[in-house]
Amino acid sequence: MSEKIKSYPGFRIRTADFREGKVPYVAYRPKVRYAWSAGIAMSRFLEELKNGRIIATYCNSCGRIMVPPRVFCEECFKPADGWKHVKDTGTINTYSVSFIAGDASRIKEPIIVAVIDIDGASPGMGILHKIGEIDWKEVKFGMKVKAVWKPPEERVGSITDIKYFKPVKEETL
Amino acid sequence: MFGKKRVAIVGAGLTLFRRNLKETGKELAYEAAKMALDASGLELRDIQTVVMGTAPDAFDGVHMKGEYLADGAGARGKPYVRVFVGGGTGVFTPLAGWWHVASGQFDTCLVVCEEKMSSCFPHPAYAFTTIFDNILARPLGTTLIWIFALEMHRYMHKHNLKKEQIARVAVKNKKNALDHPCAQLGANITVEDVLNSEVLCWPVQRLDISPTSDGAAALVLASEDVAKKITDNPVWIDGVGWCIDSTLWTNRDLYYPDYVEYAARMAYRMAGIKNPPKEIDLAEPYDPFDYKELHHMEGLLLCRKGEAPKLTEEGVTQRDGDLPICPSGGLLGVGNPIAAAGLMKVCEVFWQLRGEAGKRQVPGDPRTGLAQAWGDLMQYGSVIILRR
Repeated sequence: MSEKIKSYPGFRIRTADFREGKVPYVAYRPKVRYAWSAGIAMSRFLEELKNGRIIATYCNSCGRIMVPPRVFCEECFKPADGWKHVKDTGTINTYSVSFIAGDASRIKEPIIVAVIDIDGASPGMGILHKIGEIDWKEVKFGMKVKAVWKPPEERVGSITDIKYFKPVKEETL
Repeated sequence: MFGKKRVAIVGAGLTLFRRNLKETGKELAYEAAKMALDASGLELRDIQTVVMGTAPDAFDGVHMKGEYLADGAGARGKPYVRVFVGGGTGVFTPLAGWWHVASGQFDTCLVVCEEKMSSCFPHPAYAFTTIFDNILARPLGTTLIWIFALEMHRYMHKHNLKKEQIARVAVKNKKNALDHPCAQLGANITVEDVLNSEVLCWPVQRLDISPTSDGAAALVLASEDVAKKITDNPVWIDGVGWCIDSTLWTNRDLYYPDYVEYAARMAYRMAGIKNPPKEIDLAEPYDPFDYKELHHMEGLLLCRKGEAPKLTEEGVTQRDGDLPICPSGGLLGVGNPIAAAGLMKVCEVFWQLRGEAGKRQVPGDPRTGLAQAWGDLMQYGSVIILRR
């Protein structure tokens, strides 16, 4: 009962007091690592990335061409009907300019990240990736982009086999 | 009639929300649970079942967190379950409590939510990177704010919004929080302060974001027959709704949260609400970021798509406006210990409907209020509607 309660429990301590050892604490760092089997759909997708191509699956019931590919259509809840290569070009659906790294530390060179709707897949079928070869202030919604691949000998079957997507003029596609 | 029994909230408890509290999660859970029990006039032996809500184990580095927290939640020797739907947990937990009682299986239920984010170093954001797809996204060096920035930017683009329009939410909520005794970040700030704050992931800036926090909250639920015996002013849970969308978030248009709308429609149907903006007297939509309050007002059908920034600008969502939104100060102002923050919103609606919110009390004798939480990969909505 908010107004009837006169004091609320909780004893604040400063984060610095942890670091300086002024309050009793116990520290622990877990020593585990993970290795994930990429699964049926993603293994094929990653192998195709190694070949410099993006592959989708399609569902004949709803007609969707799906990227990232999946072995079952989550809308129709039935197996996908087959595989189909799509283009390595697309359109920027939304983007952000990141000035922080994964641990929230600050970085000097910002990272441009975007959801890129892939050409040849159904509308709105996007993937998350980075945008390069452009000043972050110049990036626009709806901009056409194309994958910049690592050289074949450096590809390992990872989403990072695409270094980033770079802007291209529409007529060059 | 939904469920076999009508369910009331008869007591609420809340701890301070702070960046770093000395209490363990178990101790915080105890404090909130004990306060809620004392407020309801019941004792632990009167409680038949306990539902616990707490977010990722990774924050605490404690596996079996539900079990770990059970003693603090008063659950020893009782039917007990921990529920978890990411950021949606804080409002989902009383929904789970509701069905325990509405089913007819129990007459009393203690609902407790706890979060302690301060134990994770160098920053809890690092634990959050595990939210991203392990095969496709994490190798890109993801950080949590990316998903919010991408969603916020899409929302701004679709409705042609400016940052100033969104920043007003942060200004309002931090100001509201000045009147909340548990608040971590109550402040008088200006739109300019938000616009001049550090850019983290454009368009997200420092003052667009709620803080990391420790804290706990609790409610006591009772069936109609018990509630009427122990209190003259029960607050009824008249609507519940929840819904999930796909984790394949790059295949969705992020400008609008369909799953929140589905959850809201479920709750409105149950509560018999036909015209939400007219029939809801105050709302506590989930506001971990300022744009999310607007996004959720639209998903909750409290206004048309793209209209929430205008209502905010016109002052409609102020505490003394026609539709007060986040009178507590929300996550932006009170703080964001994930599960506890969602339940804090339900506590606020409970106190507002009982006329006990003190300096935060919205005028006009409110009868119907709503709280909502949201979570995971921009995919989960949980909605509760309370009536006096």
